[in-house]
Amino acid sequence: MTEHGTASAVAHQFDDLEQQREAGSLGMWLFLITEIMFFGGMFTAYAVYRYAYYNAFIEGSSHLNVPLGAANTVVLIVSSLTMALAVHAAQRGKKKAMVAWLALTIVLGGAFLGVKVVEYKDKYDHGLIPGALWNPKHEGGVAPPAEMQLFFSLYFAMTGMHALHMVIGIGIMLALMRMALRGRFSPEYYAPVEVSGLYWHFVDIVWIFLFPLLYLIGLHVVKGHG
Amino acid sequence: MTDARQPALPKLHYLNADYGIKSWLLTTDHKRIAILYLLGVTFFFFVGGLFAVLVRVELLTPAGDFVQAETYNKLFTMHGVFMVFFFLIPTIPAVLGNFLVPLMIGARDLAFPRINLLSWYIYMAGGAFTILAMAAGGVDTGWTFYTPYSSTYANTHVMLTGIGVFITGFSSILTGLNFIVTIHKMRAPGLTWFRLPLFIWAHYATSLIMILGTPVVAITVLLLALERAFRIGIFDPALGGDPVLFQHLFWFYSHPAVYIMILPGMGVVNELITCFSRKKIFGYHFIAFSSVAIALLGFLVWAHHMFVAGLSVYASLVFSVLSFLVAIPSAIKVFNWTATLYKGSVSYQAPMLYAMGFIGLFTLGGLTGLFLATLAVDIHVHDTYFVVAHFHYIMVGGMVMAYMGGLHYWWPKMTGRMYPDTWARFAALVIFIGFNLTFFPQFVLGYLGMPRRYHAYPEEFQVLNVMSTAGASILGVGYLIPFFYLMYSLRYGAIAGPNPWGAKGLEWETPSPPPTENFPVTPMVTEEPYEYGAPGAAPRGHVRPQEAPGD
Amino acid sequence: MWTGIPLFPEQASTFAREVDLLYLFLVGVSGFFTVAIFTLVFYFAVRYRRRHADEIPPAVAESATLEIAWSVIPLGITMVMFGWGAKLYFEMRKPPSEALQMWVVGKQWMWKIQHPEGKREINELHVPVGRPVRLQMISEDVIHSFYIPAFRIKQDVLPGRYSELWFEATRPGEYHLFCAEYCGTKHSGMIGKVVVMEAAAYEQWLMGTPTGETMEQAGERLFVQNNCNTCHHDRADARGPVLQGAFGKPVRLESGQTVVVDEAYVRESILNPAGKVVAGYRPVMPTYQGQISEEGVLQLLAYIRSLRERPQK
Repeated sequence: MTEHGTASAVAHQFDDLEQQREAGSLGMWLFLITEIMFFGGMFTAYAVYRYAYYNAFIEGSSHLNVPLGAANTVVLIVSSLTMALAVHAAQRGKKKAMVAWLALTIVLGGAFLGVKVVEYKDKYDHGLIPGALWNPKHEGGVAPPAEMQLFFSLYFAMTGMHALHMVIGIGIMLALMRMALRGRFSPEYYAPVEVSGLYWHFVDIVWIFLFPLLYLIGLHVVKGHG
Repeated sequence: MTDARQPALPKLHYLNADYGIKSWLLTTDHKRIAILYLLGVTFFFFVGGLFAVLVRVELLTPAGDFVQAETYNKLFTMHGVFMVFFFLIPTIPAVLGNFLVPLMIGARDLAFPRINLLSWYIYMAGGAFTILAMAAGGVDTGWTFYTPYSSTYANTHVMLTGIGVFITGFSSILTGLNFIVTIHKMRAPGLTWFRLPLFIWAHYATSLIMILGTPVVAITVLLLALERAFRIGIFDPALGGDPVLFQHLFWFYSHPAVYIMILPGMGVVNELITCFSRKKIFGYHFIAFSSVAIALLGFLVWAHHMFVAGLSVYASLVFSVLSFLVAIPSAIKVFNWTATLYKGSVSYQAPMLYAMGFIGLFTLGGLTGLFLATLAVDIHVHDTYFVVAHFHYIMVGGMVMAYMGGLHYWWPKMTGRMYPDTWARFAALVIFIGFNLTFFPQFVLGYLGMPRRYHAYPEEFQVLNVMSTAGASILGVGYLIPFFYLMYSLRYGAIAGPNPWGAKGLEWETPSPPPTENFPVTPMVTEEPYEYGAPGAAPRGHVRPQEAPGD
Repeated sequence: MWTGIPLFPEQASTFAREVDLLYLFLVGVSGFFTVAIFTLVFYFAVRYRRRHADEIPPAVAESATLEIAWSVIPLGITMVMFGWGAKLYFEMRKPPSEALQMWVVGKQWMWKIQHPEGKREINELHVPVGRPVRLQMISEDVIHSFYIPAFRIKQDVLPGRYSELWFEATRPGEYHLFCAEYCGTKHSGMIGKVVVMEAAAYEQWLMGTPTGETMEQAGERLFVQNNCNTCHHDRADARGPVLQGAFGKPVRLESGQTVVVDEAYVRESILNPAGKVVAGYRPVMPTYQGQISEEGVLQLLAYIRSLRERPQK
């Protein structure tokens, strides 16, 4: 039963709020470990193919827009800050501030996704979608190496999976906003906000790995042709 | 131990606490969810078993004359897919684990009851997709989906099956996550780690594998789906992709997966051996640590499935030696179980027969694993019936027997009724005989050189194949018998009472069937596990509750 | 009929006896432990059966010594198994340099075999007895596996990459050849036989039914047909690297890397030339993917390999 704005009491399987909070936190950390293993499969494929086809990867990477990627990185880092501030506000029972920070996080997340749409469209326009639509420009009359398709396959798979996780994260935050507006949280009970914050930070960290691994390959290599 | 007065069913328990289909489909009670899983896994067991029957019928004759080659390939594939993903991996954790983990640790439910229900829906959804794939014509890649056959050449329902497997993986992940949090955070007062039943240790280790390994097969299936749908080239040599990379990613999960299948079975055996020899387990700490060791070492041996796939000599050496190492903790368990029987008080009810059968058959199956770890021998027997025999000894002779033992042992707890033990012992015997007749000849067949997944075979292999099929028919009958008497017992079985076996363990300190909240008052634990040894006293629970539970 | 059930395939290679010996050791150890466990379990279950309903057995002290013993001893035994298996495995992975070279191309659902002298076979492999034979193999489509039970050898045959195995047959006769990696509909039909012949009979068989070109000659023909010689020659204005004497030697690439000109590199250069371009040359070589079969590549390889014998100008 809810009483004077305090959120749902302790769930029946737990003895007290502390146990419930600890369980939820441990559960989220375990879930994030599964996410690491999930992305890990793709990072493995990336490592294998980058080692085998370094030049093709450099060339593929050169087609990516570093300023846009960097901007997106900044956007995500700031969104992690706003998320942390939302958790902070929840801790202090400051409902309006929490909702505002959550809204800002969602906006930043949306901005990230918008930039990704722009980037994806750019790849489409340049015939860099692997598979049936693969039709890259021949630089100086020379076709790019066939393995560059592998680079882009991994690019789309990894950033696409990351974007999917961001969409889910935005959905979670919308749900949190709704719960907050209905007064479900209090300084005693804000665990859902906290664990969602963990999730969002994780999604941010994945991008922090993706950005250099995809966008910054071989930037130091002087290209001899093209 | 024997109570003079006739036990009666408790007035209110988890089965009659609420009525109607909604109360089941929307339940968050871990015990009801376990029953929902029981229905699901039983269904998929019979589906997978039906395919096995058809495979063995075809193999009665050397020629491929019962079904067409493409059909046969679909039969063994779907046998593998249904058995591995929808029976062997989920069953003991989702049925027995779900039911017993909270009871054994004195909790009212798992940490996340709604996630538990979600995991069942995810399991059924994945199963539905796979059934759909079967109905739409089936898939013929083998349950291992090797590329480039599965990614580029197969024209069967790889995608649908892949989606089914992908979805079901999340059921596994959520179950494992739930168990780990529950065991860490919700043990009753006084229940320290080394007072936990070994069933709990086994499920904890299993859960570690579930959460670390399953995501990898999920991403692998996803990459396969992308390759198939969009030809992205990851496993396609023409585009620079490496089909063997698929094998690495696939087996990185699928080897630990076999430990997901067997560790819970070992957990069950601990409980059965102690109860039916009425003795403390020998080597508790060693067994507990060996479970965790198996879980961790199990992640380091995946490429022993790939010794002829093009690994370097040095990689092969590393995986071979690690594969021998992972056998040692299992050996330790077998020795400890045997030692537990020493100077015990052994009775022969069906659960104990299954447990003893497990020890023997798992030993044999595990030892044949050493043959496969031995490089020079594996070259010869890889991808032959030797491997088929090896894993069926562990999976069927091991895990399924452990499951049957556990199902019978905890049946009175789950249903409040006893099954007829004479029939159960008879069925156990039939199963043991049928099993060995089915699979022992396959070791010989494999060393003779009969490859696996063969629709037709040279004539000289026929005698052994006929023996194997004969055994399979006996085994099939053996599995049907329990189905009937267990159903019978629901209506006509003797009322069990809270502790029909005189066993130690918190789950026996509560009525059969238990009330929805498991324990009216949270128990306090003061005894070591399996304290059967108090001289002169009949076994009693190791609980000193503040109030005696109602009966 | 029952006495006629064999337990072992014939031993027809130098490996077979060794593998069977190791196998018997494993059977012995496994049999010992299986019997021991079965016996102990059965014996304890009977000897210590419950004699009355309220019986409580005495406590039995645990023993760390016992635990360590039955951990260390199995560990020792398994390490012996590992060592023995590894030693034999090393030999299986190292073909002797004087081995007779043959080539296998697997495809759904047949084996195509080429002898250097030009003879080609489908689903049959003729080899002389008593001489080491090295098979270099590749698949045209999916993963297959080349398995000769009587020789105790097997190796997966992969698309896009060469794999190899070697053996020395010890007994004339005919032996099963199986595909041992599931490859689709007619996987169980992708079988054949290995025919081991006495040396003289083998020579005679090689000479029989004129086949025309040797592999080298076929390779040379392809080299000219596909205009390889227009770029790869040893005159000053060559657009491509000189191939005379190149095989087996290291070469520096545009990227700075150094690779050895082996079968894999030459095959890659034919099918995906832009991947690893030799330093100093422009990436103008067209790809022959789809135009030259795997067998054609093997023939070209035989030819290019033979170029190393030509004296340098």
